[in-house]
Amino acid sequence: MTALNRNAIAFLAILCCAAPAHGAMRILATTSDWGALARELGGDKVDVYVATTAKQDVHRVEAKPSLVARARTADLLVATGAELEIGWLPVLVRESGNPRIQPGATGYFEAAAQLKLLDVPVHFDRAMGDIHPQGNPHVQLDPRNIAIVAKALAARLAVIDASNATYYAQRAADFETRWQQAIARWTARAAPLEGVPIVVMHKDQAYLCHWLGLVEVAAIEPKPGVPPSAGYLGELVVKLGASPPKMILRNAYNDPKASEWLGGRIHVPVVLLPFSVGGTPGAKDLFGLFDDTLDRLLAVPR
Amino acid sequence: MTPVRPIVALCALGLASMPSFAATADDAAGLRAELDALKADYATRIGALEARIAQLEAAASNARQPAPAASAPPADATRSAATAFNPAISLIIGGSYTATSRNPDDWRLAGFMPAGGETGPGDRSFNLGESELTLAANVDPYFSATMTAAISGENEIEVEEAFFRTLALPAGFSAKGGRFFSAFGYLNEVHAHAWDFVDQPLVYQAFFGNQMAQDGLQVKWLAPTDLFLEFGAEAGNGDAFPATHRQRNGVNATALFAHVGGDLGVATSWRAGAAWLDQRATDRAYDDIDALGNPVIDAFSGTARTWIFDAVLKWTPGDATRRQLKLQGEYMRRSERGALAYDVDALDLAGGYRSEQSGWYLQGVYQFNPRWRAGLRYDALDSGASFIGLVDDGTLPVGAFPRLRVADPDRVSLMLDWNPSEFTRLRVQVSRDEARADGDPDRQLKLQYLHGIGAHGAHKY
Repeated sequence: MTALNRNAIAFLAILCCAAPAHGAMRILATTSDWGALARELGGDKVDVYVATTAKQDVHRVEAKPSLVARARTADLLVATGAELEIGWLPVLVRESGNPRIQPGATGYFEAAAQLKLLDVPVHFDRAMGDIHPQGNPHVQLDPRNIAIVAKALAARLAVIDASNATYYAQRAADFETRWQQAIARWTARAAPLEGVPIVVMHKDQAYLCHWLGLVEVAAIEPKPGVPPSAGYLGELVVKLGASPPKMILRNAYNDPKASEWLGGRIHVPVVLLPFSVGGTPGAKDLFGLFDDTLDRLLAVPR
Repeated sequence: MTPVRPIVALCALGLASMPSFAATADDAAGLRAELDALKADYATRIGALEARIAQLEAAASNARQPAPAASAPPADATRSAATAFNPAISLIIGGSYTATSRNPDDWRLAGFMPAGGETGPGDRSFNLGESELTLAANVDPYFSATMTAAISGENEIEVEEAFFRTLALPAGFSAKGGRFFSAFGYLNEVHAHAWDFVDQPLVYQAFFGNQMAQDGLQVKWLAPTDLFLEFGAEAGNGDAFPATHRQRNGVNATALFAHVGGDLGVATSWRAGAAWLDQRATDRAYDDIDALGNPVIDAFSGTARTWIFDAVLKWTPGDATRRQLKLQGEYMRRSERGALAYDVDALDLAGGYRSEQSGWYLQGVYQFNPRWRAGLRYDALDSGASFIGLVDDGTLPVGAFPRLRVADPDRVSLMLDWNPSEFTRLRVQVSRDEARADGDPDRQLKLQYLHGIGAHGAHKY
């Protein structure tokens, strides 16, 4: 046997053994919110990798090689579902060659599947823009949704890693207590926001509005996924100039141009919201996400 | 829970205590004492109940907007099973308008045997492109199936791909079989509607007649590492250029490939690959012109071995809808060894043949606005000097194989596309094509439309 052959065999042996030690459950989360939730529930028993950042539109991500590699070794995939990741997740799951995370397997978890979604279209036609047949997938901005998803996700962790089931149950109970207290606190703080008229960028604030009673009077995108034209923005100025909203909401990943332009024209403040964990410096975890969102909404003088 | 519950409880409590009140009516002192006790008791109970009501009211007001739901939406019980399992269907329609400064009919890729397929600039004026119809679904827990049919403007239906893929192989293995685009290089697996330019680079046109579909079997293994590392092998029947259909048992085309990829920070991702193809041809005929200007049919028989190297890098600062730079390049080198027959229909002379040909392209596409992308591509080919036995031994003059004269065709293309939604792309492309043997440029303009309907597609990296 030549040295070259021996080296090649050693290389292959390293590759085959390079599979991460099966101490921690490997979780691939499509968004930072589900990543943060998995960390809350899994503690040090899970190794979480988040596929996207809050500065990205999760609908327009690519199945890049680093993600395929992560999907290959994942024990659990935590996705939003409802077609939010439709442009890349099917490719990722397919290319991963990992039967544990195929749709229908225990290692495939969709948050939206646990919830009743808003904005379910009655009429399916792409002339209406990029509509999601199952409903609005941007579910994370209602903390009550997070509570529901947390229960289901904790149960799933316990199924996949049964030896630590008690640990996950304890963490889930602890999270539930802290989360319900936080919801009570946020709801009390947000009372002045009820009925406040706002303008959104895209239909992705629907759950926040639903929770807080904010009234969405217009969207800067004329139709979901369709960027506004100059003409449409002109119409908005006329329409909103007559009865201006209190604020314009923009997510961390949105292009600021259109909202800043509109805000300047109708003299309405543009509020940058984290939208997802990591979207702003304050939104460090799920608790920070809502604390910071409310801080920013309440900072606007009424 | 509503505030009604504690009130009902309070009434029930009152009613339940009535009989005991009546039973002690004949002893006034005892009655008084008992009444006092009851009063005190009720006071504490009512206090407790009031506190509970207040608590519940607070909770109820917290929940004044109903929570989206505590349970999953009910399944539609009446849905017919016959249609519920329809596969995902998507249809891409496309077409173009072409203007060229030279007649497309005399376009020949100098120095290379023609590879067949829709190569060259195509016809002038309006052209209906291929309509791609894809049906895909999981077959069962073990397999999925995909078929893409290309319906051409000439009213022909071609099976572009039709393959099964495994879903449940362990240890990072997956296999597919049927007809599929071979996994070598970067562009070979990309369907025409997802190309960044209207046409394929010259090297793909020269080496594979645009794209190589394998009728066979592919096995891939993905390493369990955080670095993307994929190895694969394919075995095929060799029907696709540069191989030919041979009535032989076993494998007539082999492909080995490896891909490696990862991230460089948050904004940059990359993938690189190497592949090796071994293909066999028997009487691979092509048309040429003899020394007197008469058409002749020549044919190659032998082996074609091709190396392919590819790399792609994407830089996405922030959100991909706003700005992205994509750089990609591929290099191919093919050596053919065997026999070249001259004028197979009449003279049928044969001699040895060896060639070493190469080509490459480099392109960059920049998305500078959510709807707009611009791209630049440079293509180059080098035919190399082939060894032709019939010429070498003096049987035929040097000019007997005009198609194989040494040449280095190249082309520069510039494109701009507008994407008003995820499902529409309108593109303009201009090229300066110096593929012909005379080296004179052909200026080409193409306007193209692409529309996708049906299931939302998911694209590879």
